[in-house]
Amino acid sequence: MAKGSIPILRVGPNLLVTVHIDLHDVVAEAFQEDVLTELEKRRAPGLVIDISGLDIVDTYVARILSETGRMARLMGTETVVVGMRPDVAATLIRMGYTMEGVNTALNVDDGIETLASIAARRRTP
Amino acid sequence: MLAHDAEILTRCELPIEVEDDVVVVRRKVKLLAQQRGFDAFATAGVTTATSELTRNVWMHARRGTAVIEEIIDDGRIGLRVELRDSGPGIPDVPRVLAGGYSTARSLGLGLSGSRRLVDELEIETEVGRGTTVRMVKWTRF
Repeated sequence: MAKGSIPILRVGPNLLVTVHIDLHDVVAEAFQEDVLTELEKRRAPGLVIDISGLDIVDTYVARILSETGRMARLMGTETVVVGMRPDVAATLIRMGYTMEGVNTALNVDDGIETLASIAARRRTP
Repeated sequence: MLAHDAEILTRCELPIEVEDDVVVVRRKVKLLAQQRGFDAFATAGVTTATSELTRNVWMHARRGTAVIEEIIDDGRIGLRVELRDSGPGIPDVPRVLAGGYSTARSLGLGLSGSRRLVDELEIETEVGRGTTVRMVKWTRF
């Protein structure tokens, strides 16, 4: 049973998480733990985090997303953050923020394609 | 004070006492920015800066006050946001403004990053007494 209130869906072999509420301390930690637990349970090779519902991403939320990606990568799973709005992207870069540990794509479909191409690269050395 | 010659059109004071107040304060700023015709980028800028600075109050002082004003100066409309607390204060402001100064739970980009998102930003702080940060974002013509 998930501790947080953010649903985690399966799309093919991958997991899809849609963030649409404001992440703060308690929710953020539960979010990370839920996602990592599901990745292991489902043996998912990839994780898509859809943030198109977030109109504000401050450095706190950005750090949570980046951390989640790095945690997932330690487990062997790639993360793609998708749906970042133009004004959100401009704001983060103007602040001097670089989001490490995650790939990005325009939308969920592109994100799943990104994961597929990463998986294909891994299979052909 | 920043834009001290400006006429104050509206003034709103909000307490910062629980973490959700970070969201309450920035929603108010976002609403005013949109009503005043800030474009999506300027709205995101001032709203995100407000979020950073309000979160700083929450993280370092646990309580404080946000004062949000709509101002007009020489025909220009702006938003002035003040965050004040009686927290630990900032010992080395230049270092914090240079960026990369990081306490346990922040990235150190809160103040330096916010300054890049608004038109003007000033800090008054005294160790052991508290911090006040004021910023102004003007509408573009």
